[in-house]
Amino acid sequence: MDWNFIIFSVVKVAVVFGVLMTMVAYSVMAERKIAAWIQDRPGPNRVAPPFVKYIPVLGPMLTRLGFFQPLADGLKSFLKEDFTPGGVKKIYFWLAPAVAVVPALMTVAVIPFGSVMGGQQMVIANLNVGILYTFGIVSLGVYGIVLAGYAANSKYPFLGGIRASAQMISYEIAMGMSVIPVLLIAGDLNLSDIITWQTSHGWLILYAPVSFVIFLVSAFAETNRTPFDFAEAEQELAGGYNVEYSSMKFAMFPMGEYAAMLASAGMMVTLFFGGWTLPFWGLDQPAQSLPMGLAHILVFLAKMLVFMVVFIWVRWMFPRFRYDQLMDLGWRRFLPLALANILITAIVLWIRS
Amino acid sequence: MAITVNRKKLNFWERLYLPAVVGGLKVTGRHLFRTLFGGKAVTMEYPEQKWTVPTGYRGAPYLVKDQDGDTKCVSCQLCEFVCPPKAIRITPPGTSGLKPDRDNAEKMPLEFEINMLRCIYCGFCQEVCPEEAIFLKQDWSHVGTNRAELIYNKEKLLSLGGAAPGIQKWKHKLEEARAQENFPVKV
Repeated sequence: MDWNFIIFSVVKVAVVFGVLMTMVAYSVMAERKIAAWIQDRPGPNRVAPPFVKYIPVLGPMLTRLGFFQPLADGLKSFLKEDFTPGGVKKIYFWLAPAVAVVPALMTVAVIPFGSVMGGQQMVIANLNVGILYTFGIVSLGVYGIVLAGYAANSKYPFLGGIRASAQMISYEIAMGMSVIPVLLIAGDLNLSDIITWQTSHGWLILYAPVSFVIFLVSAFAETNRTPFDFAEAEQELAGGYNVEYSSMKFAMFPMGEYAAMLASAGMMVTLFFGGWTLPFWGLDQPAQSLPMGLAHILVFLAKMLVFMVVFIWVRWMFPRFRYDQLMDLGWRRFLPLALANILITAIVLWIRS
Repeated sequence: MAITVNRKKLNFWERLYLPAVVGGLKVTGRHLFRTLFGGKAVTMEYPEQKWTVPTGYRGAPYLVKDQDGDTKCVSCQLCEFVCPPKAIRITPPGTSGLKPDRDNAEKMPLEFEINMLRCIYCGFCQEVCPEEAIFLKQDWSHVGTNRAELIYNKEKLLSLGGAAPGIQKWKHKLEEARAQENFPVKV
């Protein structure tokens, strides 16, 4: 073990964690603002610390954009009473929020968010089995919700938990199957190498569009987003698995959800849209200087933001599916389609080799 | 009897669901851009923008003065009697020796209080007033930091009410009476 590696890893983990948590907070704000705009409302536009009104133009503009809303939301979550209802299974009740957040954060570890900066590769863990690791961790994400539903010992959370478990396990299969053609084409499981492959051959969305569509829809189901938000289903389950939670324990669930969204957006960018590369301005080669390294990170974040907006936009467009429709789509449409996709890709690759 | 509903057979393209998705995204996207860049939000941002009430709107009841600036109320206490939530409290002049503003009125209230927290804007006080001294005005927003602030007294009610245009029946009666003092009566 050399100390250099440990120190740089710790720094990278800290920075990535900080950036990710900030992005989670501002995704919530973006969600609220975009929802408002789609519904012809201005959205949150009042919250501001007192000194902001003395900043001439920027202050009012940021206030109108709801820039300080996440701070107020966070503060509110911390100050609320943390209530543990009687009759809950205490250990699981306390464990569930953490279990909901941790897998989403762990997924980010293998995603290369930039090329090179100061001689360091911009990925926390450059695993050879990056995608397998991701799927392994993502499948843990269901436990947070199921535990929350089970521990609450009440009917709505229980139903939410049951729905979530069935849904997430079903779509994991379609999701996993949809990625296999990508691996066949790129010929590697390491996410950094997949990005390198895309710099010389073009983005993988051009080679595997069907995979992308299946992956995108499955990502919606995996992160429990509308139109597949059965675990929450406000109208049916009064909020689903998180009904009995309050204060920061409640806030952990949305945090986990948004972190999972960011992670899956990062995965989609990496697998199908060339990660931190852009095909022009020489942005597709590992950076030689610090500004270029920074530019790569910004390109990656910008691509991620596009997917976040798509996630949010779709939420305010779609009505929720019916439960049997969800299962039908997952098992009877996507799974055969993904299998056929694998087969056809394999045959095409075999003929061409 | 079973009724067969004819459903349109969807073709493959429609069953793919994608045209509907794109259509939905277009609609929501259009709304987003209209609100964001066109300033077409339907929300009225309350403290800055205020609702203009239609004429005939029944807001808070205030006392009015006639066009000579005199208090119209004669302290008959009919409004106090009719007020369903008992929001009005009138202190009559009694033996205080308070002279009414108008020389043809018998008295005027020493104190006239309306508790705006109790008032239900029913308009009975305006309806019952024989002197047309109390009117429901257009005010609909009362702000105070404690309950006592929202009990409006006579001075405040009169200043908020302003002068009432329209009928001033006692003025005509007075002119009639003056005219009758001269004999023979010429009306």
